Amino acid sequence: MRLTQGTFSFLPDLSDEQIRAQVEYALERGWSISIEYTDDPHPRNVYWNMWGTPIFDVKDAAAVMLELERCRKAFPGNYVRLSAYDRSKGRQTTALSFIVNRPAEEPDFTLERTDFTDRQMKYRLRLHAADHATGAQ
Amino acid sequence: MPPEHNNRVPIEEHLAHNSVPQGEQHLTLDVVVREMLARLDAELIGLKPVKTRIREIASLLVIDRMRREQGLVAESPSLHMCFTGNPGTGKTTVATRMAEILRSLGYSRKGHLVTVTRDDLVGQYVGHTAPKTRDVLKRAMGGVLFIDEAYYLYRPENERDYGQEAIEIMLQVMENNRDDLVVILAGYKDRMDRFFEGNPGMKSRITHHIDFPDYSAQELMEIAKLMVARQDYRLSPQAEEALAQYIARRMAQPNFANARSIRNALERARLRHAARLLSMSGRPLTREDLMTLEPDEIMASRVMAEEQGAGSSHD
Repeated sequence: MRLTQGTFSFLPDLSDEQIRAQVEYALERGWSISIEYTDDPHPRNVYWNMWGTPIFDVKDAAAVMLELERCRKAFPGNYVRLSAYDRSKGRQTTALSFIVNRPAEEPDFTLERTDFTDRQMKYRLRLHAADHATGAQ
Repeated sequence: MPPEHNNRVPIEEHLAHNSVPQGEQHLTLDVVVREMLARLDAELIGLKPVKTRIREIASLLVIDRMRREQGLVAESPSLHMCFTGNPGTGKTTVATRMAEILRSLGYSRKGHLVTVTRDDLVGQYVGHTAPKTRDVLKRAMGGVLFIDEAYYLYRPENERDYGQEAIEIMLQVMENNRDDLVVILAGYKDRMDRFFEGNPGMKSRITHHIDFPDYSAQELMEIAKLMVARQDYRLSPQAEEALAQYIARRMAQPNFANARSIRNALERARLRHAARLLSMSGRPLTREDLMTLEPDEIMASRVMAEEQGAGSSHD
């Protein structure tokens, strides 16, 4: 199942050139970019692994693309996302976040139904690959 | 058909070929380059070989652009450089200019200069160097990375030195991200030569080896005048004579650092000038007084008092 989340979730995947343009846009506004990856793309998993520290002090998108390439090479089968932080408001604010890498075969989700007290129904979104996931939960 | 319509035909032809904006672009580019080279000539005294090389590089980039518009192959050239020369010969100044030039020619996207030395690149312990070097390279992307005294990166006497690791990472990025950054190594000529002997890979990836010659006494005098004028001072005719003597003496002394020594000498002359003005009494200071450096300021230097070649390195 093609997973979507973040800023451009309604669009097809961005090409490298488009990613570069987005990064350039973010840098122009003084946002810092951070690269994160995970093998557990469950929507409730907000803790993705960080690929190094957020990339501060760079002027050109090439620097981010270099790190992104290294991250993709190291974790080709993982989801990778870029996030841009706007610190101008004095707090960490995600201004932009989108997926830049996905595994060749994406895991499926199942919606499971469970009985609960008083004939209540509880639902659980189960990620098939989560059984094998090793990333942060 | 109205007659003025005829005049438009060539333009429409251009439009049809979609080449008007590009045509305009390299016209203005031409002007930009010319202006910049003229400024370089005016603001940098001497440095003939350096200016020639900069002119060549600028020309190549302009022509490459025109070639690309004509659909000809124009592989982006490798512009990594090595500046060799004694201290104070203008290596850093030229590097700053180079960044500006490359930017206005569209070779470098941001045109900023990141100046580093060994300490910024090489780490203290295992695994520390690679991220540190990569950080610096990332900061310089889109601009120019200037590595001062680059030979300190390589210490053959210590085989566990992490400098080699930094060099290897740099080489890789210099090769793969050629369009993203320009690396300039700088240092003394003889030491740089030894550095390249130990690192043939680095030597072969640097296309431009530019040697910065020492300045002649006359050039130093011109530089001094330029520096003085830039700070809204002026030398009285006698002071100029004194300065010429000073330069001749200072050049013969050890630790002479070309333009840097001159700048320091002028800095001290300013101090003495200020002290003299304040100790003067009787009449109010005029604009002229505030601007003019007199020979006293220069003759008071220790260089003038000492016998020639007598020793200490003080200016």
